[in-house]
Amino acid sequence: MRKYSIFAVAREAMRGHKGWPQQWTSPEPKKQYDVIIVGAGGHGLGAAYYLAKQHGITNVAVVEKGWLGGGNTGRNTTIIRSNYLYDESAALYNHAMKMWDGLSQDLNYNVMYSARGVMMLAHNVHDVQGAQRHIHANRLNGVQNEWLTPEQAKEYCPPLNISKTARYPVMGAALQRCGGNARHDAVAWGYARGAANRGVDIIQNCAVTGIRRAANGAVEGVETTRGFIGAKKVGVVAAGHSSVLMEMAGVQMPLESYPLQALVSEPVKPIFPCVVMSNTVHAYISQSDKGELVIGAGTDQYTSYSQTGGLHILTHTLDAICEMFPIFSRMKMLRSWGGIVDVTPDRSPILAKTPVPGLYVNCGWGTGGFKATPGSAHVFAHTIANDAPHPINAPFTLERFRTGRLIDEAAAAAVAH
Amino acid sequence: MLQIYCPYCKEERPELEFRHAGEAHIARPADMKSISDEEFEGYFFIRSNPKGIAFERWRHVHGCGRFFNAARDTVSDKFITTYEAGEPKPDAAELAAKSGEADK
Repeated sequence: MRKYSIFAVAREAMRGHKGWPQQWTSPEPKKQYDVIIVGAGGHGLGAAYYLAKQHGITNVAVVEKGWLGGGNTGRNTTIIRSNYLYDESAALYNHAMKMWDGLSQDLNYNVMYSARGVMMLAHNVHDVQGAQRHIHANRLNGVQNEWLTPEQAKEYCPPLNISKTARYPVMGAALQRCGGNARHDAVAWGYARGAANRGVDIIQNCAVTGIRRAANGAVEGVETTRGFIGAKKVGVVAAGHSSVLMEMAGVQMPLESYPLQALVSEPVKPIFPCVVMSNTVHAYISQSDKGELVIGAGTDQYTSYSQTGGLHILTHTLDAICEMFPIFSRMKMLRSWGGIVDVTPDRSPILAKTPVPGLYVNCGWGTGGFKATPGSAHVFAHTIANDAPHPINAPFTLERFRTGRLIDEAAAAAVAH
Repeated sequence: MLQIYCPYCKEERPELEFRHAGEAHIARPADMKSISDEEFEGYFFIRSNPKGIAFERWRHVHGCGRFFNAARDTVSDKFITTYEAGEPKPDAAELAAKSGEADK
C-alpha cells in the first residue's frame, strides 16, 4: 500500500499524478474464505478491516450487491454524536466517538471528521426537562453534553431564530461539542482501501441469493449471482435488507424497513457552523464542506424497499427549518434521495451471534447508523473473530426481544433518531 | 404520496388522510399469560418485513376512522388491493399474478 503523505502528493505533482495505485482491486471470488461479510457499507468494510488488522484474519471477502458505499453509507446526513440515554447505548456510541478522533490517521485516509458540535434544541418545558435528563445521564457515563441558554445557542449558531414570538421558540439546547460530521464516502473508501491492502477481497456487483447451511445447521457459505462462495463464518451487515438475508438462513427478525429521505440545497459560502437538530419539530441541518445545506427528513410511515419516499415528508422538514432559520427561506433545494433503514422495536441495533452457528448479524441501526460506523465495525469484528461478543456489544443481542431486556432508546428519544 | 382506496368510503384518497398501522393478520393470543416467551416474541416483535407483497393495516384517521387491510408491493409501493378488516387474507401468489397483469 502506498502511504498517502505530503511527500507522495509532491512527488505525484511532478509526475502528472500518473503514479497513484488503485485504492482497491476487484478480484474474482475465491472458492473458500474464512469469513464472508455481506454488505460493503461502512460497517461491513470496517468489520473486514478490523478482522484483518486486529485479529489477523485476512482471508475475508466482502460481498456487495451494488457498489461499495452505495447504500445507506452514501445516503445519510453524516452526523456524528454519542449523546444516547442508556448505559449500553452510551458505551457503544461513545466507543465509536472515541474512534472517530484518530480514524483518519489510523486509515491513512482523510475521513474529514469535523468536531463542529451537535446542538439539539428544546422548544417547550418537556423538551427542556428531557434534554437536561439526557445531559445528566450522559455526563455520568463520561459522554460530553452541556446545556446552553437560548442566547448561548444563538452565539454558537448565529442563523438560529431565538425570537420569543417564533412559531417554535427556542428555550435552550443541549450541545455535544465533540459531535459533528465526517465525509461518508471517505469512510467507506478508507476502510475499503485499508481492508483490500491487507488481503481482503471486495466483490462488488455480486448479490447474495442464499445462505447455505450444513446438515448440523452451521453456515457453509453463500449462494451468489457469481456462484457459491464457501465460508464457515458469515456476517450479515445489510441494513434495510437484513431481514431478507436472514430469512435465507431461516432466521425471522424483529425488523421493519422504512424509507428515510435526505436533501441538499444549492452550495453556498460557509454560513452554518455546526449541526442543529430539533426532534420536536423534526428539523435536522448542517452544512457540508462543499457548501450545501444537508437536511435530514423523517421516515415514511409504511415499510418499503423502494429507496424513495413521499414529497410531503421533505416539505414537513423544510417548514420547520424555514421557521427556525428564516435566512434559508429562499434557498433552492437541489437534490433529494431515499435510503431504506431497518428499524428494531426498541430502536437499538442488533450486533450479535444468531441461532445459526457461524452466522452473525449487525443490523437494526435504523435512522442513525453512520455515527457508530467505526465502533460498530470494531466490536462486530471482535464478535466474529472470537465467536463471542465484545463487552460493549454484549447487551445488543437478538434474544433481548425474547427475554424482554430491551435497550429502549425509542422511548428515551420519543422520535426516530 | 400514496393514493389509497378506502374500502369503507369506497374512494381513493391521499395518504395524508391515513395512518399506517403495521403488519396485518397477526392474531393476538387469546390467553396471553399462558404463552411462552418465544410465542410472545413472535406475536409482539417478529415481523415478516417482506420485499414484495406485504399485508398491512391502515386506518382512515381523517376520514371514516376505520381500520382496513391492504396488500401492497414494497418494491414499487403500489397497492394491489385493499379490503375490509375481518376478511380473509388474500393469496399472495394470486395477487402477484394480478399485479403483474395490471402492469402489462
